[in-house]
Amino acid sequence: MTDYKMHLLICGGTGCKASESDEIKKRLNQLIHDLGLADEVQVVLTGCFGFCEKGPIVKVLPDNTFYVQVTPNDVVEIVEEHIVKGRLVKRLLYTDPTNDEQISDSKGMDFYKKQIRIALKNCGFINPENIDEYIARDGYQALGKCLSERTPEEVIKEVKDSGLRGRGGGGFPTGLKWEITKNVENDQKYVVCNADEGDPGAFMDRSILEGDPHSVLEAMAICGYCIGADKGLVYIRAEYPLAIQRLKIAIKQAEEYGLIGDDILGTGFNFHIELRYGAGAFVCGEETALIHSMEGLRGEPTFKPPFPSVSGYMGKPTNVNNVETFANIPVILNKGAEWFSKIGTEKSKGTKVFALAGKINNVGLIEVPMGTTLREVIYDIGGGIKDGKEFKAVQTGGPSGGCLTKDFLDLPIDYDNLLASGSMMGSGGMIVMDENDCMVSIAKFYLDFTLEESCGKCTPCRVGNKRLYELLDKITQGKGEEQDIEKLKELSVVIKDTALCGLGQTSPNPVLSTIKNFEDEYKAHVLDGKCPAGQCKSLLRYDIVEDLCTGCTLCFRNCPVGAISGERRQPHYIDQTLCIKCGVCYEKCKFNAITLT
Amino acid sequence: MPKIKLAENTVQLIKDICKEFENKESELINVLHQVQSKLGYLPAEVQEVIAKELKTSVAKVYGVVTFYSFFTMIPQGENPISICMGTACYVRGSEQVLNEFKRQLKVEVGESTEDGKFSINCLRCVGACGLAPVVTVGEKVYGRVAPTDVKKIIAEYRNH
Repeated sequence: MTDYKMHLLICGGTGCKASESDEIKKRLNQLIHDLGLADEVQVVLTGCFGFCEKGPIVKVLPDNTFYVQVTPNDVVEIVEEHIVKGRLVKRLLYTDPTNDEQISDSKGMDFYKKQIRIALKNCGFINPENIDEYIARDGYQALGKCLSERTPEEVIKEVKDSGLRGRGGGGFPTGLKWEITKNVENDQKYVVCNADEGDPGAFMDRSILEGDPHSVLEAMAICGYCIGADKGLVYIRAEYPLAIQRLKIAIKQAEEYGLIGDDILGTGFNFHIELRYGAGAFVCGEETALIHSMEGLRGEPTFKPPFPSVSGYMGKPTNVNNVETFANIPVILNKGAEWFSKIGTEKSKGTKVFALAGKINNVGLIEVPMGTTLREVIYDIGGGIKDGKEFKAVQTGGPSGGCLTKDFLDLPIDYDNLLASGSMMGSGGMIVMDENDCMVSIAKFYLDFTLEESCGKCTPCRVGNKRLYELLDKITQGKGEEQDIEKLKELSVVIKDTALCGLGQTSPNPVLSTIKNFEDEYKAHVLDGKCPAGQCKSLLRYDIVEDLCTGCTLCFRNCPVGAISGERRQPHYIDQTLCIKCGVCYEKCKFNAITLT
Repeated sequence: MPKIKLAENTVQLIKDICKEFENKESELINVLHQVQSKLGYLPAEVQEVIAKELKTSVAKVYGVVTFYSFFTMIPQGENPISICMGTACYVRGSEQVLNEFKRQLKVEVGESTEDGKFSINCLRCVGACGLAPVVTVGEKVYGRVAPTDVKKIIAEYRNH
């Protein structure tokens, strides 16, 4: 290996790639080559750094300088100033919004200070397409140790002692799951990695697979060794082309190194890994549905028991774990259960990765110890609400979860606290909402999602959710009646009690939780015909105040549907029958002459 | 829908793909992925060929095709436009962006324009939530799209 003096790490996650990080890499390489520095400076495309809001990110090692929002046009300056002359390019540094100070080292940023990275340990540090870099950071060490020094029972005990619980949403103890599958006698067993991340707004699994695919492969092999399986399958969304490509490269490299395949490290243990593609069905995150989908069938869930641990893929015992769960395993085995179990709360150990998104300043992927409060996540790490607006709610658990209001800001986040507060951990999506978000519309949005994703097998989910959606739609149209709120509650409870699988049983949660926390907002829609957040178009009306209108024609020229008329220098008028309530006139008017009621 | 007559070599292509997966029924989803990536969509006639090759019923193939949102029975436009309707994009205004695309192109979600240039679809989260709201046209990703940007995006592809 060449001994480079300097490394330039560029984020190659989906978000930063969309902002031309490939082009940045190309230009950096070209320039470094032209200057004859190719033997001294290495350019590496890594996985996600997490700070997506400020992407694309370029990090310079060894001095740890963190450049944000870099464009291909900044490349020349970075190379000429930083690399050649050793001077910081100040205008590309991160500015702390609280005191306007520039910070060059990411360790000094509030965004990173409170984070502990276990599952994301290597994301943003290594080139995910090079197995040597993974090995250099203790990669495959845990697998080697397990195979040569430890019995499956010992490894399972370590995982159990660590207190690791499934990170896909359910929170089932991982070690226990392994033990159950191990204890079922069968000549063929399977390890399945659930990478069917369907929760809209959650992208941690994809980022792990894109940034550190080997950690998942290593953990799957360890799991195979423990439960007695020689075959692993990764069920991944076809919508994640980059993650698929990196997984394929990783599998091939691991096979070449003899870390996956027959007779791994000469121990006689065989383990092969294949990919299976999802095709866009949220319900396939449910393990029985996932297994049916892998068998080439419609991804409909079936009743448990039998659990997959007993009868799963092709009727054989199958252990299904989520990507993030697997990514924790090598670290736990390297550092020990005791170390891991010191992090977190009494019943939720370790860390959790959250995808922080919505109306928040620092959108991104974060990993915090269990027990961190929502306030720390939203204000310290997330940098507070966008545009200085007021925090209204945070939605966790995706379409199966609920929203938490400002009353819960000091709640330590763990599986049990979230559940007790009417939400759930889910896969870790965290969508922040501000005063301009209408909670009835949010509930409708999630129901729309559930409707589309319901497999249609059981009536409560197929028909019940449709009725829920219709009621919510009626309310947002301003046609709601007072008893509709009661009807929503009643129907929600029936669906929860009677639906077949997890999808249906949790689908009314967004409705129940928004009614519980924001009943006034529902009442305002129904009783007063008003949407307090100003989101429900049918309840809005734009008017021009004659006295304030100067007849500048700006609104007239910007109206996309020609609903505004009037002579130059004369007051204008909005034709309410044509108005689509897009709000462009309201935004454009320089004289505050347009009112919104 | 009018019946399409599949070209000889198209039928052969489908048969070859099925054979690649040893004509196994359990590989149906992989077969469908492959065929759709080659043909762009999966009309009924294609499903019939697949069913015959994998020795299963057309009903089962149809059941699987319609179950998964990734599979489509309608040909996509030359420039498939997808608007992300994941939660992060939704709260940052993707619905208004979608409405503007529908209005400008005069088509509904899942349809193509008459000249076949554009089609509109919704997708759930591409995971670029930092850039919300996100629109993709083919492979290209547009971030922080406002309704007022829609005209410009369409114009980029109109005269190609």
